Amino acid sequence: MIGMELTKQEQAMLDGKEGYAVCKSMEILVALGEIFGAKSLIKVGSVQVAGVSYQNLGDAGLEFLNELAVDGRVRVLTTLNPAGMDLENWQQLGISPEFAEKQNLVIDAFRRMGILISCTCTPYLIGNLPLYGEHLAWSESSAVTFANSVLGAKTNREGGPSALAAAFVGKTPNYGLHLDENRVPDVHVQVNAELTKLSDWGALGYAIGKKAENKIPYITGIKSVELDDLKSFCASVVTYGTKPLFYMKGVTPGAESQNQPKNTVTIEQSDIKNAYDNINDEVSDIDFVCVGCPHCSIKEIQEIADLINGKKVVEGTELWVATSRTAKQLADKRGYTATIEAAGGKFACDTCMAVAPLKGRFKALATTSAKGCFYSRQSLMKTKMGSMKECVDAAVTGKWNS
Amino acid sequence: MEQLKGRIIYKGKAEGEALVTEMPISFYGGVDPNTGVVIEKGHQLNGQSVKDKILVFPQGKGSTVGSYTLYRMKKNGTAPTGMINKECETIVAVGAIISEIPTVDKVDICKIKTGDKVAIENDTVRLRQ
Repeated sequence: MIGMELTKQEQAMLDGKEGYAVCKSMEILVALGEIFGAKSLIKVGSVQVAGVSYQNLGDAGLEFLNELAVDGRVRVLTTLNPAGMDLENWQQLGISPEFAEKQNLVIDAFRRMGILISCTCTPYLIGNLPLYGEHLAWSESSAVTFANSVLGAKTNREGGPSALAAAFVGKTPNYGLHLDENRVPDVHVQVNAELTKLSDWGALGYAIGKKAENKIPYITGIKSVELDDLKSFCASVVTYGTKPLFYMKGVTPGAESQNQPKNTVTIEQSDIKNAYDNINDEVSDIDFVCVGCPHCSIKEIQEIADLINGKKVVEGTELWVATSRTAKQLADKRGYTATIEAAGGKFACDTCMAVAPLKGRFKALATTSAKGCFYSRQSLMKTKMGSMKECVDAAVTGKWNS
Repeated sequence: MEQLKGRIIYKGKAEGEALVTEMPISFYGGVDPNTGVVIEKGHQLNGQSVKDKILVFPQGKGSTVGSYTLYRMKKNGTAPTGMINKECETIVAVGAIISEIPTVDKVDICKIKTGDKVAIENDTVRLRQ
């Protein structure tokens, strides 16, 4: 029945010789390998696990994690996606004690498994940095896209249990984006638009996502780009429709050895404007400003601190800076944290607007992130997307002014 | 008695009454894990319970959190007894494995009608119409 070739050790794992968690993990990996036609398992360099927020896991998810945590221990570097709250500062963010208690039990289960408790969608900024060509089992869609397209690593988009399974076995089935034949670009995207601010990259992701749905774009015409732009673009392009892999000429390692597809679509200034029009709602009063989807880099935190220095977040509006704990620690040392908090801003480490239990708390969000707008609709917020300066202005005035 | 062969997603034996749909199912958001009732708007099975049924559907869809929903249904006693798919995908496969629900795919599901008595044994599906 099994079409996949297993080594003796892998077979023993499947037969339960290395305990319950490894056995369950092998069942998952073999079933997925069978479904997608993998011939074997391959070693992974690291794992990034989604399904961390108690809001998405519920009690059943927690129970499942506790069962695995009895004898499941990770064999490779493994980090986590954002949780449903700041693990240290949840009270200040208005999270209920009941939610916090459950969320902490989830985190404890992951800790027992040997996972690094760093809850972030930017693992590549905090020490989980893949190499070119390295195989991974990562979950978070923006991080998967970044790993594949900016770093040139190879990973499918895993669900929570399949990522955990890969961590306990140290391997993943060899299919999908692990195979070069499935990494060939199939649409050429010529960008003729000028991109001048961070949110333009989110808008570009929206525009390309819509025009290249479920495809692998080969992107030309990008004149210059920075790390934070790519971080935002990766989150947006996959949220709005492409596969979690693109080639950007001059950026993606290995792009030069791929053929430019003949089928071409262009992105004009009007497409960028159209993206803003679609993402932005008619709303002028802003009660929630959240930046950091994906999590803010230290450079972005510096920018926020510079913009808000000496000002005050207006009453009735909250400003959240979502970031990794590692970036926050750097910000603490540089004084950025003190500046932002003195202005009334709050840090939301380990969590973000997409996974925190925010439904009903806020009416209108201002953010730099196209992905953030997409997920905040689930929490019934109206959305406005703009530059870091526009967002900080909205926090200070409670209004969107553009 | 008709016999169909498929591919094992999760091994084991299960018996029950078939509940059949031609539409993919999203367990996360589409099925109430407390009752087992399908709640997705516009779904063929809307309002019907999958509890203790042999659930026959082409494949899963939607969020990967759906795997955890199946697990939650199993713990709540609202899960299907067994599942038969046309072409299983990640969400249902992982859900079946972690919840230990006997599941087969690559079965010609058109041959199964709601109300049929169905028995799954590993890769074999037996029907009594």
